[in-house]
Formats: sequence, structure tokens, C-alpha cells
Amino acid sequence: MEKILVAVKRVVDYKASIRVKADGSGVETANVKMSMNPFDEIALEEAVRIKEKGLAKEIIAVTIGTDAAQEVLRTALAMGADKAILVKVETEVQPLAAAKILKALVLQETPQLVILGKQAIDTDNNQVGQMLAGLLQWPQGTFASKLDFHDDSVSVVREIDGGLETLLLKLPAVITTDLRLNEPRYISLPNIVQAKRKPLTTITADSLQINSAPTIKTLRVAAPEKRRSGVRLESVADLINRLKNEAQVI
Amino acid sequence: MKTLLIAEHDNQTIKPATLHTLTAAKQLSDNIDILVIGSDCHAAAQNACELPFVKRALLADNPVYAHQLAENCATLIAELGKDYDYILAGATTFGKNLLPRIAAMLDVAMVSDVMQITVPDTFVRPIYAGNAIATVQSQDRIKLLTIRTTAFAIPTEKNSAAAAIEKITQVIPNELARFESQTLTQSKRPELTAARIIISGGRGLKSADNFHLLEEVADRLGAAVGASRAAVDAGFAPNDYQVGQTGKVVAPDLYIAVGISGAIQHIAGMKDSKVIVAINSDPEAPIFQIADYGLVGDLFKILPELRNELDKTGS
Repeated sequence: MEKILVAVKRVVDYKASIRVKADGSGVETANVKMSMNPFDEIALEEAVRIKEKGLAKEIIAVTIGTDAAQEVLRTALAMGADKAILVKVETEVQPLAAAKILKALVLQETPQLVILGKQAIDTDNNQVGQMLAGLLQWPQGTFASKLDFHDDSVSVVREIDGGLETLLLKLPAVITTDLRLNEPRYISLPNIVQAKRKPLTTITADSLQINSAPTIKTLRVAAPEKRRSGVRLESVADLINRLKNEAQVI
Repeated sequence: MKTLLIAEHDNQTIKPATLHTLTAAKQLSDNIDILVIGSDCHAAAQNACELPFVKRALLADNPVYAHQLAENCATLIAELGKDYDYILAGATTFGKNLLPRIAAMLDVAMVSDVMQITVPDTFVRPIYAGNAIATVQSQDRIKLLTIRTTAFAIPTEKNSAAAAIEKITQVIPNELARFESQTLTQSKRPELTAARIIISGGRGLKSADNFHLLEEVADRLGAAVGASRAAVDAGFAPNDYQVGQTGKVVAPDLYIAVGISGAIQHIAGMKDSKVIVAINSDPEAPIFQIADYGLVGDLFKILPELRNELDKTGS
């Protein structure tokens, strides 16, 4: 295939501790380490492996965000994307709007495959890939743990509750990644340097003529209820006794 | 207010996830239709009719709908669903795969993983793997929700009058995708996301071989076995064992963390468990801060003792 499009998102790093803002408006992101969403890293790694096998010629990495999101595009370029596009927005973009923006880019760039993380670890929606597939009327291979390409189709092994399912999708198709698909590579310094010379273009969501106004209003964000502190036990026998008679869970 | 509930089934019976979702549906409206879509699934539709609160069971039974692939099922549901106020499914891999596609086709947003409902339009859902809880208000004309099954109990009511089956005759072939095969894990242990008890191991287990110590305890408790990311990264356990923000998010009745220090990313995936037990040699391990019961000590002594003690008392 000619092109693969990979969508990536800049999110709070998975190791960072999450602090809810005192005014309940959201989660603190100032002075917090940000990274590429781990599932998107897997998406990009998969695209690079497909290209390395000679099955694709070009990888386009796309993100939607503020100027700061360029940083994940540079990471994407260092991992092996050939070019990157930032769709610049100043306000929150919800999944349906994100899917519409990606659809517009797909129509422009005409990839045969779009790979996305199954969900972003900030909003945890798990929606964009499926929505994009629906808008494009393309087949979808969600929660993928293995891909095998044929002439005009791809076999996708999907992680479903309780096991695995294999589907054969006609290309073009949308794939969303699960953890087992691959292990993203470590980025070497020469690649980081080289990535600075690769093309990164910025466009605005407005230029795509997409109404990205949110329709879901966040009323408040709160910290989850704290767990009460427990007790230290001295023996296994006491533990079993407590689990049976006090907690009544065994 | 009318609700369309998308059934998850195995052609014979309706799966528990749908029963949990039915409880959420009942909070939204009394006018609930359930859609059974598949091939040779009449028995499942009959089962659906016997559920409480259900007004009608819509049955789309045709070979084109076998395995309930998203491509044509979403098209059918978007067509049937346009006159409803709510479309619901469980937040399982089935519901998560299907519902966003339907939402896009209806040009409406969707709310994932709903854990609490304030009628008619306000929903509580976890974000950041449950490290924050968002209350959101949907402004869409049709509200599509996936329901976190652990947050709503299965209804105990019986249906007073069995609902009628209404056949859906539209046949929409799937030209885009084809089902090839399915392998369901043949384990005598329950799945992580459905288990009532989970015992997980961390880096403290020291090797993949030592996981059998966990398995022996798991088998006596009817528990699933999980692992921390550190244990998975070290190669002690397969990736699908992983509990945490980037693995599986679980909320069993009992979670036993063995040799797990309690990294943020792990805690995010299990802290909604009802009862947490921590077994660790380091008394300062953060896992103890969220554990209901803590045992400080050598897990290589404690695990065999736990196994023997369970044999003695029976569980």
C-alpha cells in the first residue's frame, strides 16, 4: 500500500500522578510530564514494522491539539513516520469531532490504512477509531493484537472478552491497537536528530470546515473516593479468618 | 422516553453484561426495547422476553448478522435507533466495538463507561483510569451510553408479563469484513474482567516459574490470575495478565496483590476492588496505603502457607 495514517495524542504520562484541580474543572496538566499516548505508540510502531516489511511506502502521523502537541509528532517522526500533520485547535476536541477531522485528512491524504490507539489514557473514551470507520464506511479492526496483510485485505486478531477473534477486513480499513500488538522501539539519538529534518505541517481545524464544538459538557471532575486505611495482620490464618468472617469475600 | 438496549448473547441466552445494563436502562426510562441481533438467535430473543422491564424484544435473525460484526450491525442499529432517546450497551469489548460506530452514523456523541446516572442527561464516568471521576451532561438528541457493568447490579425482579418478539426484516450484508475464527481462552480460571476474586503477582515473584505459587492459591479460591506491568515487562507473565492503566481495569470483590509495590499505573487498574489484600516484604510499599488487609513478609513463605491454610479450612 502507498500510505498509512497514524493518529497520535499527547496525554499526561502514564507514570505521572493525576491531580484533580481544586475548582473541579478538570485534571491538572500544567507542569506535568506529557507523552505520547501508549496505545498510539503501539499504533506507530506497527505502521513502522509494516513499512519495514516493504508493505507500505509512507507513514503520516497526525495529531489534534495545541502547538505543544508538536512534541508527540517529533517523537512519531523519530520512531519512523515520514511526515507529520498538526491539526491546531485551541479548545477541547471530543471524539466525534476528532473522527470528523481525521476523516477530512483521510480524504486528503488517501491512506489505505489508518491505525490508532484503542483509547487515550486521559479521557478513556475508546471511540475515535470506531467513529472514523463509521464515518468513512470502512471496516474496523478494534483492539488488534496481530495483523497479517494480503493483497487487498488484512487479517486482524482482536482481543475480545474471554479470548481472541480473527476478522478479515477489506482494505482500506481502520485498526485500533491493543497492548499485545507489539512493543514500541526505543528511539535512538540519531533518529531524534534526523526527525528534526522531516516535514511537520500545521493546519487549523477551521480550514477543514469542521464544527468541532463539544456536545458533552463536563460539569465537574472530582478525585475518586479515598480508600480507608486498612489493618496490618500478623498471620495467614488471621487473613483467611478476616476474609471469611469480616469481609465475607471468600 | 424510549430506550433501545443492545443485547450481548451467544445465540441461546443473554449475557450477564446486558442484565447489568438493563438495570441502568430502567433508571432512564420504563419504555425499554431490547435488540437481539445475530444468526439462529431465536432462543436468545425468547430469553430476552423473559427479562424484567422489557417491553419488546426486537429480533434481527439472519446469517448476515452472524458474529455481530460492527460494519452492518451498526448500520442496522443506527436505522432502528433513530427514534429512541437512549441506546445502551454494556461497556464490554462487544459494546465498545459497536456503539461508537453507531453514534458516528447518527452524528451524535457517546458517553463511555457510565457508572452513575442522573436522569435524564447527566452521567458519571471514570477518566484517567479512574484517577478522576467526571460528571458530564449530554446535549445530544439521542444519548448513546456504554454501561460499566460492575456499577449496576443485575435486576432481581421477575417480569410480570413476557414481552413480545418483533421481527426485524431488514437484511444488510457485510461487504467489508468477514468473520474468520474465534478462540476463547480454555481456562478453568475465570477471565480477569469478570472474576470475583483476582490474585496478582508483581516483580516480587522473581520469575515466571514462581507464578505457579499464585496459581495454586487462585485455584483454591476460584480466582483469576493477574500481574503488574513490572512483572509483565520482566517476562514473568503474559501481557494479557496485565492489570493497570495500560492493561485491564478490574473491580473484583477481592483483589490480592502479591509482591506488587503499588505503582500508580497498577493502582489505577484495581483500586475500585471491594477488598484489597497486600502481601509484600517491604513494609513501606505504597500498596499498603490502599489495602484493607496487609501482610508484611516473604511471599515465598506466605503463598504456600495460604494454600495450605485454604486446604485446611476449605473456602
